[in-house]
Amino acid sequence: MYKIFLSRLRQGHRTNHYPGETPSLPERLRGLPILDAGHCLEGCRACAEDCPTEAIELSPIPRIDLGQCLFCTACTEACPTGAIRFSQEHRLAARTRADLLLESGRAFKLAEALEVKARSLFGRSLKLRVVSAGGCNGCEVDVNVLSTIGWDLGRFGIQIVASPRHADAVLICGPITKNMELATRKTLDATPDPKLVIAVGACAISGGPFLCQEEQLGGCGGAGIPVDLYIPGCPPHPLTILDGLLRLLGKSGG
Amino acid sequence: MKPFAILANGQALPLAAIPVLEFAKFRRAVIQGVSEDLRLACLCADRSLAGYAVLADEAAHEFRVLRTTFPPVFPSLTPECSQAHLFERELAEQWGLVPEGHPWFKPLRFHPPWSGKDAWQRDAIEPGVMDFYRVEGEAIHEVAVGPVHAGVIEPGHFRFQCHGEQVFHLEIALGYQHRGIERALEGGPYKLTVKMMETAAGDTTIGHAWASALALEALSGTRVPARADWIRAIALELERVANHTGDLGALSGDVGFLPTASYCGRLRGDWLNLTAQLCGSRLGRDLVKPGGTRFDLEPARIADLLLRMEEMARDTANAVELLFATPSVLARFEGIGKLDPHMAKEVGLVGPAARACGRLGDVRIDFPYGPYSDSELPSTVEETGDIAARARVRWAEIQASVAFLRGALDALAELPAGPVSAVCGALAPEHLALGVVEGWRGEVVHLAITNADGRLCRYKVVDPSFHNWTGLAIAMRGEEISDFPLCNKSFNLSYCGFDL
Repeated sequence: MYKIFLSRLRQGHRTNHYPGETPSLPERLRGLPILDAGHCLEGCRACAEDCPTEAIELSPIPRIDLGQCLFCTACTEACPTGAIRFSQEHRLAARTRADLLLESGRAFKLAEALEVKARSLFGRSLKLRVVSAGGCNGCEVDVNVLSTIGWDLGRFGIQIVASPRHADAVLICGPITKNMELATRKTLDATPDPKLVIAVGACAISGGPFLCQEEQLGGCGGAGIPVDLYIPGCPPHPLTILDGLLRLLGKSGG
Repeated sequence: MKPFAILANGQALPLAAIPVLEFAKFRRAVIQGVSEDLRLACLCADRSLAGYAVLADEAAHEFRVLRTTFPPVFPSLTPECSQAHLFERELAEQWGLVPEGHPWFKPLRFHPPWSGKDAWQRDAIEPGVMDFYRVEGEAIHEVAVGPVHAGVIEPGHFRFQCHGEQVFHLEIALGYQHRGIERALEGGPYKLTVKMMETAAGDTTIGHAWASALALEALSGTRVPARADWIRAIALELERVANHTGDLGALSGDVGFLPTASYCGRLRGDWLNLTAQLCGSRLGRDLVKPGGTRFDLEPARIADLLLRMEEMARDTANAVELLFATPSVLARFEGIGKLDPHMAKEVGLVGPAARACGRLGDVRIDFPYGPYSDSELPSTVEETGDIAARARVRWAEIQASVAFLRGALDALAELPAGPVSAVCGALAPEHLALGVVEGWRGEVVHLAITNADGRLCRYKVVDPSFHNWTGLAIAMRGEEISDFPLCNKSFNLSYCGFDL
């Protein structure tokens, strides 16, 4: 008992103060890309050609689909002029698929809060049922960490629950493999209405690194599952996930 | 002439240098090798049904590669070599080969065959639908769990045959995470190849990316700069420490000891944040690439890492020592979920789970790659084979990794500045290469074979979980079903790494 008490003193209070204070982020974090089409060379297709998930479309200036982007370094390494680079901006969540299309010179439209009625239902207590549907367990790692004392998701009234019957929202990770399709749909059906669907990670949005595979459906988009909140990344940083959830509930600081 | 070719880790051989054995001789040589204490690290076939077996000879620090052509129906190796059990089920599912006399002949990942019909002539393939082993009797009941589990966990289906609380038998059906990684690599490498390797098992990003890089660098004859090798090793050990710390916390949580569960939960995140200092990603994404690494560590970053690491190492020691000093925790860990060394050998167990039942074996020591050739790592063997042993091995490995990291960061600081990657060019045609890494769960094997055009005609990935799930099922025999979560956590295996 004495040892436990001493250890408790040593370990201290470790919960971060987000959203009041943003925890320090790694300098090399690849957050929201910054597109500066003014620097694009005429006829240059380097970024689009090197992008492993073909998330970049040239029309003729680049447009990045953050729902497909793996936040890797292929485009920034390919670009001869620095027209694409990554910022440290961790806020990436959006409410619609179209909002995930990032264009040069247009501000990224972050997720808005739920409408008043939904917010009155879920704003003070949101129970999440997580379905891991064929990814790499990476998004699960960064969702799980939110329940640790470092993040203490419970302080926002958000909790991960075991049964879909107890859930207000289904949080989907993974591209939804054919082998997980039935289980995913059953979980959705077992969650009472009104419910929310949250797609976490490139896989759940578009299929991610597996988007060309016929063993999977291409995430919620390919499976025709309507989504209320998209959180891009491969995997998204825990702060990106938390920001998305708080944004949806109208609890975000900025 | 020997019936096999000798291959070192991270080395390529022309296919012509590997003798092609008649199947009967191949079968005999594999069974013979395993009976002489070699381990079957890989067994697979390519589209032409050319068969390959890799035997790990830990004592001689080398791999034996054997080659054959599979007949459509062949006498199963499994009755005489249980390490072949899952590999043969894989051959049956991928290529429709029939290992006659296989004692446990069932699908593995529930996917359509890569060509023709599978060995069960299935048309419609439903996940988890197979002939589960059943214990009959008046007081016997069956418990089915999954694929969707209670927590934030990957999907899998577990069938327990119970007599009251006691588990007589557990059968595990996986494949829900199957996304076709190996099939996708045929004809590669492609733009997505590195990403697929990183996401074969996302919590082992560095382990798989490095194993893949070793194989591709061997095939292309690329020499990796020393700086990159050290950075890879630093990332690999950080991956190990983060996951082991998380596992010790989770084990603590499962027996209701919340102090260590809370501290280790936080600390795992902090260790992952150190990896993010290397490359921006907590899981080590985009750090390792064939030819080297994408990021260097400058002196200031090394100094910062050392500083942060020492503080975390102290906090981790504090949290874990508390766990092992608590009798009520040890009472729940000791004697539960036991595997004996004989059984560990039979199923070809690898990694910390094998070391917990007295089996030596660590790729970093037996088949060293990168900077491990010049490093002394302590052996972390425990004898009891129970949950306590698996926990103790993890703690010993955390300490060994922290000691290694100190030396590695110093060594990197002393290396002259220079590039961290070389160009990884075209792959040699008709070659075979092996990249093997000791991931935090154990041996990660990547076997790459090229065709006449220098493209990959077969790329085989063996995650440590491939072997170790069987170990978990056997460790549960005779245990109480209520101890399953704890026992499962003590192995903490990968579903996606198995399913690929």
